Amino acid sequence: MGELVKVKHLHKEYGRNVVLKDIDLSVKKGEVVVIIGPSGCGKSTFLRCLNGLEEIQGGVITVDGLPVEPDKKDITKIRQKIGMVFQSYDLFPHKTVLENVVLAPVKVQKRYKDDAIREALVLLDKVGLADKKDYYPRQLSGGQKQRVAIVRALLMHPEVILFDEVTAALDPEMVHEVLQTMLDLARSGSTMIIVTHEMAFAKAVADRIVFFDQGEIVEETTDVKGFFENPSTDRAKRFLKTFAYE
Amino acid sequence: MDIEVIRSYIPLYNEALLLTFKIGMLGILTAFIIGLSGAAALYFKVPVIGKILTAYIELFRNTPLLVQLFFIYFALPKLGIRISAQTCGIMGLGLIGGAYMIETMRSGLESIDIIQSESALSLGMSKGQVFWNIILPQAISISIPGIMANVIFLLKETSVFSTISLMDLMFTAKDLIGMYAKTIECLFLLVVYYLIMLLPVSILGSVVERRVRYAGFGD
Repeated sequence: MGELVKVKHLHKEYGRNVVLKDIDLSVKKGEVVVIIGPSGCGKSTFLRCLNGLEEIQGGVITVDGLPVEPDKKDITKIRQKIGMVFQSYDLFPHKTVLENVVLAPVKVQKRYKDDAIREALVLLDKVGLADKKDYYPRQLSGGQKQRVAIVRALLMHPEVILFDEVTAALDPEMVHEVLQTMLDLARSGSTMIIVTHEMAFAKAVADRIVFFDQGEIVEETTDVKGFFENPSTDRAKRFLKTFAYE
Repeated sequence: MDIEVIRSYIPLYNEALLLTFKIGMLGILTAFIIGLSGAAALYFKVPVIGKILTAYIELFRNTPLLVQLFFIYFALPKLGIRISAQTCGIMGLGLIGGAYMIETMRSGLESIDIIQSESALSLGMSKGQVFWNIILPQAISISIPGIMANVIFLLKETSVFSTISLMDLMFTAKDLIGMYAKTIECLFLLVVYYLIMLLPVSILGSVVERRVRYAGFGD
């Protein structure tokens, strides 16, 4: 199968501070890529570059063959192909759950409101939130908000979905419900690029692990089990050790 | 106090109230439109416009409405621009109000977390769609207390219209006192009529504030 997301020689800096150095990465359709690495290693910035929320200073990013360029008018078309779920709850507080999820399909993709609502209810039901459709975001728990955010991204029928530490701000007991939703998605064949600190989840969901450190890809492997048991680089070994308790 | 005198003045005050309210509302509408477009221009950091707006805001917020009205009404005709007293009142109120409204709405717009635009953008919305559907509704509801304070301030400022011989409430009261010297009755009516105009606005303001207040969504 063809490559959906292609990154070549991506270079990103804030002033003198180089955040991403010469990143190459391709993601195939249906693949689940999990990016891990220490805080501040550039993995969230990398995701934000992929849908043009960040300017890049060098290299090329293409999604479905189209170049991602933040200033071009096309960017709204490309972003429709890329869903994104953020770490902080990013639902629109002045709209109900249902309004949150159907807004973009109706306004951006000009779909019929009835159709969008019908599909939204099916998806909300799948994540167990159909009965919350008329609630406002502030009436929901963190985990429920994140599941709504996932549904909101899905309803746009994106080719690939980016997850930026979506469980990092959640209480522990809510982490599981969100990760379960993501695992179901992965199993249904969605293409996903996930940044996470949940190692057990990464092991369960990933087709490929990409280990970032100091703005570069240090290790990349499809042998997910092997990586967690015995990574080939010292930096990855040191990183994984920080999650172990003896 | 002479009830008969008061009764006989009421029609004149009614007329003055209507005029004051009409000019006040048109001025406030103008102020709102200036405020909204100015705040949007500042929010989007439109290059040259930003500088001009800042100068405009400083000029109008730091000079009294009375002086502005005098300038528009007495100085502009000398430059060949003739404006009726009503238009002058609406313009004056609209311009000073616009300066205040821009500041109120701009701070509302800026208080919305960047993640709101980012998540809307990442759904493929254009910058305009994000502004109208996501940022503006939240910003307006946050700005409501400030906007309402401006509205009441502007309605009260209409009292300087009398100086450019608009027959507003203040003018009517001063005129009647000058003619018949029934000072107590005239001033009593003046207070009552300002209250008639402003109290409903205040009450409406707090109702609206409670209903659209963003923190209240879902209650």
